[in-house]
Amino acid sequence: MSNEGVDVGKRRFLTTATAAVGGVGAAFVATPFIKSWLPSARARAAGAPVEVNVAALEEGARLSVTWRGKPVWIVRRTPDMLATLEEVAGELSDPDSKTAQQPEYCRNAHRSIKPPILVMVGICTHLGCSPKYRPDAAAGQLDYSGFFCPCHGSKYDISGRVYSGQPAPLNMVVPPHHYASDDLIVVGVDPSEGDEEAA
Amino acid sequence: MANKFMNWVDARFPATQLWNEHIGQYYAPKNFNFWYYMGSLAMLVLVNQLVTGIWLAMFYTPSAAEAFGSVAYIMRDVEWGWLIRYMHSTGASFFFIVVYLHMFRALLYGSYRKPRELLWIFGCLIYLALMAEAFMGYVLPWGNMSYWGAQVIISLFSAIPVVGEQLTTWIRGDFVIGDATLNRFFALHVVALPFVLVGLVIAHIMALHHVGSNNPDGIEIKAKKGDDGHPVDGIPFHPYYTVKDLFGVGVFLILFAGVIFFAPEFGGFFLEPPNFTEANPSVTPEHIAPVWYFTPFYAMLRAVPDKLGGVIVMFSAVLIMFVLPWLDRSKVKSVRYKGLIFKGALASFVVAFIVLGYIGTQAPSPTLTLIARIGTIVYFGFFLLMPLYSVLDRTKPVPERVTK
Repeated sequence: MSNEGVDVGKRRFLTTATAAVGGVGAAFVATPFIKSWLPSARARAAGAPVEVNVAALEEGARLSVTWRGKPVWIVRRTPDMLATLEEVAGELSDPDSKTAQQPEYCRNAHRSIKPPILVMVGICTHLGCSPKYRPDAAAGQLDYSGFFCPCHGSKYDISGRVYSGQPAPLNMVVPPHHYASDDLIVVGVDPSEGDEEAA
Repeated sequence: MANKFMNWVDARFPATQLWNEHIGQYYAPKNFNFWYYMGSLAMLVLVNQLVTGIWLAMFYTPSAAEAFGSVAYIMRDVEWGWLIRYMHSTGASFFFIVVYLHMFRALLYGSYRKPRELLWIFGCLIYLALMAEAFMGYVLPWGNMSYWGAQVIISLFSAIPVVGEQLTTWIRGDFVIGDATLNRFFALHVVALPFVLVGLVIAHIMALHHVGSNNPDGIEIKAKKGDDGHPVDGIPFHPYYTVKDLFGVGVFLILFAGVIFFAPEFGGFFLEPPNFTEANPSVTPEHIAPVWYFTPFYAMLRAVPDKLGGVIVMFSAVLIMFVLPWLDRSKVKSVRYKGLIFKGALASFVVAFIVLGYIGTQAPSPTLTLIARIGTIVYFGFFLLMPLYSVLDRTKPVPERVTK
C-alpha cells in the first residue's frame, strides 16, 4: 500500500481519537458487567437483626444463631474460663483488642457487655472457617479453653483473641449487639441505636 | 469421486492443508517414549469432561436450595446419571494426573527451553485455567466441603491490602457464600472457562506444531533434514503416533473405567466424605482439605504463619512456573545429558511436591508444619537456585542424532 498523498498526521490523529473514544465506550460497557457481581438489593436487605434469649443457656454452653448468613455464637463462660483470660494474655497477638474487631463497648478483656456472656461471629479471621469450641481445652490443640480452627490450626482464647504466631492475623469479630432485657440479646444493633440497623 | 469432493472443499476451506500440517505431514521425533502419551490423553480427558459436563448441566439445578438435591437426583433417578457424574468427577482427578505427568515430562527433557518458551507458557495458562475450572466445579454439588472450600479459597483474596474485603464481597456477590456465588460459578464453570481452556489448548498445539516436538534426547530434529526436506529422525504423526497414542488410550481407559466402576470416591481423595452432607454455613467440617490435586499448594499456604505471606507463597508457587524457561541455563535440555546436580534437584523437587501433597491432606500439627516449611523451601529452591546449579552442573555431550 502506498502512503503517497496521505496526510499521515491526520491519519494518526483519527486513529488515536477512534481508539480513545472506543476505549471510553468499552469502559462504560464493562461497568454493568462488573457491577452486576456486587451483592444484589435482595442480598443487602437480608441482614436483619436477630433476637436471642439466653435465659436457658447453661454455664460453659454455647448457642449458635445465624445473622447475615454467618454463625454468631453466644457462650456463657464459667468463672474458671474467665480466669484463664488473664493467664493467656502474654501469649496473645492482640490481648488488649486494639484492632477494631469489636464495638467500642466490648473493648475489654472479656470482649463482651456482661463479662460471662460472649457474643461473637464464629468465623476464623484467617480464611473464614468456623472454629471448633473447646470448652475443656484439647490435647495438642489448646492448653486453655478456647477456640481451635480445624482448617489451618489457628488458636483463640475463650474471648476469641488469637494467639501469636497463628495463621489468623486478627481476633474474631464481636458483632454489634445489645440487651433488650436481662436475657434477651439483639444481634446486629448497637446499644445506643433505638431502631433496627439497616444492612 | 472422493477426490473431486475434497478438491471442491479445499478450494473453499483448507481441509487437506490443516490435516497435513497437524497430522498427516507433521513430523515428530521417532524416539518418543511413555511420557509422550500424556498430551493426547489430556485431550481425551478434556473431551470426556466437555461431553459429560454438557449432560450433567441438563439435569443439574444451580441454586443453593436445590443444587445438592439435584446431584442426588442425577445419582439416583436419572437413567445412567450416576455413570455420567462419576465419569466427570473421576475425569477431573485423571485430568490432573495426566497434566502433572505431562508437566513432569517437560521438566525431564527440557521441553520448556528455547524455542518452546511460549508453548510452555500456554501450558502454564492451561494449568491455571484448569485449577480455576476444577475449583468452581467442586463448589457446584453444594456439599459441606464445597461450601467451606469455596469459603477458604475466596477468603484468600481478603489478604490483599485495602481492597481485599470489597473484592471478596464482589466475588461472592453476597456477604457470605450463597446463591449468587453458586450461580456465577456455574456460569463460569460451564461456559466461560471451557471456552478459555479450549482456546488455550488450540494455541498450545499451534505453538507445538510451529516449533516442532522436543524429544527424550532434547535435540532439534529439524537441524538434520533428508533430501525430501523432512527431518531424518522424524516420522509422520499419522499413522505412527496416532496408532501409538491409540494403544495408550486403550490402557488409560481400562484404568479410568476401573476407578469409575470400583472406586469412584477413591478413598475420599476424589470425592471427599464431608461433601455427602449438604452445605451448612454454621458448621465447618472437622477436618477441611481440598481435593488431592491442590494439596501441595494448600500445604504451602498453611506452612506460612502469616495470612498475606501464606497467600503470596501459594500463588507464587504456581506463577514461578511461568519463568522456568529463563531460569534453566544448562547447555543441554534433556536430563539424559544433565549432571548429578540437576538430577538431584529434580528428584528433591518431586519428593517435596509429593510430601507437600500428603501434608495438605492431613490435619495441621507442629511436626507436619515443620516438614511443610522444609518442603516449601525445596520447592522454591528448585526454581530460584536453577540459574546457579544449572550452570555448575557437569553436562555430558549431546549426540548428533536421536538415540533409542
